[in-house]
Amino acid sequence: MIKLETPLTEQSVRDLHVGDTVTITGRLYTGRDSVHHRIHEGTKPPVDLKGQIIYHCGPVMVKEGDQWVCKAAGPTTSSREEPYQFEVMRDYGIRGVIGKGGMGEKTLNACREYGAVYLHAIGGAAQVCAASIKRVDGVDWMDLGSPEAIWHLWVEDFMAIVTMDAHGQSLHKNVFEESRTRLAALKA
Amino acid sequence: MTATAPLRDVSADPALFQTLLELIRRTSTQLPDDVVRAVTSARKDEAAGSNAEVALNVIGCNIGLARESSLPLCQDTGTILFYVHTPVAYDQIEFEEVATEAVRRATKLGYLRQNSVDSVTGKNTGDNTGPGSPVFHFHQWREPHVEVKLMLKGGGCENMNAQYSLPHPDFGGRDLKGVENAILDCILQAQGQGCGPGILGVCIGGDRGSGYGYAKEQLLRTMEDTNSEPALADLEQRIVEKANQSGIGPMGFGGKTTLLACKIGTQNRLPASFFVSVAYMCWAYRRRGVVVGAEGEAREWLY
Ligand code: SF4
Repeated sequence: MIKLETPLTEQSVRDLHVGDTVTITGRLYTGRDSVHHRIHEGTKPPVDLKGQIIYHCGPVMVKEGDQWVCKAAGPTTSSREEPYQFEVMRDYGIRGVIGKGGMGEKTLNACREYGAVYLHAIGGAAQVCAASIKRVDGVDWMDLGSPEAIWHLWVEDFMAIVTMDAHGQSLHKNVFEESRTRLAALKA
Repeated sequence: MTATAPLRDVSADPALFQTLLELIRRTSTQLPDDVVRAVTSARKDEAAGSNAEVALNVIGCNIGLARESSLPLCQDTGTILFYVHTPVAYDQIEFEEVATEAVRRATKLGYLRQNSVDSVTGKNTGDNTGPGSPVFHFHQWREPHVEVKLMLKGGGCENMNAQYSLPHPDFGGRDLKGVENAILDCILQAQGQGCGPGILGVCIGGDRGSGYGYAKEQLLRTMEDTNSEPALADLEQRIVEKANQSGIGPMGFGGKTTLLACKIGTQNRLPASFFVSVAYMCWAYRRRGVVVGAEGEAREWLY
């Protein structure tokens, strides 16, 4: 288990390899389809993303008094951000992405070039993820709707597995190739 | 079959409203026992210390946490699908209105995420209602009581549904071999995306619309349910065995547990068409049901 603290340094990210289990403590910003789309269209992000991690997540948030409370917060499918993710790495210096399902070549290349990793949370494990979210410190772009907004989360020991590293390795690519060969051999 | 019912005073029907609200709460927060059994028994198949084992352990832990804290198993509380059987002459419109109110309340209480988005403007209605949400499938039957089954099907797995038209150069002809190869392709393509280990509902036949609908209805069967048609029972078993030899594993991390179950049904088709429709369900396989008594009270919980 490797402990990470955000904001991440380039070195700490380049030390990670596919298959590593990490736990993250610090700030996470949620950002999914609409956020990436809006940034891609030219709007500057409302927060400084340098060294930060973007969490592909549309949480269930409920307001209790003045305070937002996170009721469920597992990862969402990352491949939808494939057209945009590399730009956010290049232009705003994020060092990590948490999501599920992995991403494609563009993102993998950007991970290598700019020093970033893709971290896979356990899909659907909304309560395990929520348990490590200790506070909700703010929210931006609420006009996009609650699941699509940028939530400022404070996490402790948030667990994830490195499935794409800064060395050009992708667990997703490896498993896909292997399973394609195996399933071809099992064809009816 | 879907509608936005007008805001309604539920005081006329407090028992049915409470029953449906409780059905939603249970469905979102408590995985059915048959699914829990399948996930639990898969854990021992994975190598100690593997990423696959980590994934299944976290899933197991998540199932327990959600149940204890009465919070959603997964933040994507999905498409809200009601399958309702009613006696002849039962007021289905009223049921729809009460159920829609229960959905609104469940959203406020955080059992459901705000999940209904206008497809043109992108605006979230904020309460899970709107054209097509929730979804109602009504059937009349000759029983004297109302039976409600509810399924919550998340977007990640719904996106991995697939429909094949046979014959196909890669998969084969209009026979069970062609069907088998098409389903295996769906499993290959869905890897990593639909929060596996998955469960498949399959329809052979029908038209493009009814095929997908019936494939989803197969997911109302329990994990242990065996197909009464021996050829299909064999196929269901073979699909699971082959999927689990693919090496895809939980979350697509690699491993032995790729599929927990496969349920196949058939509909007649036109001579010109042969569709295989596959509904891919994630491990967060949320389905519950209730038998409703004459006063709207919960008479028996299903699953
Ligand atoms: S696919 Fe299922 S488990 Fe995964 S995020 Fe969607 S609803 Fe949750």
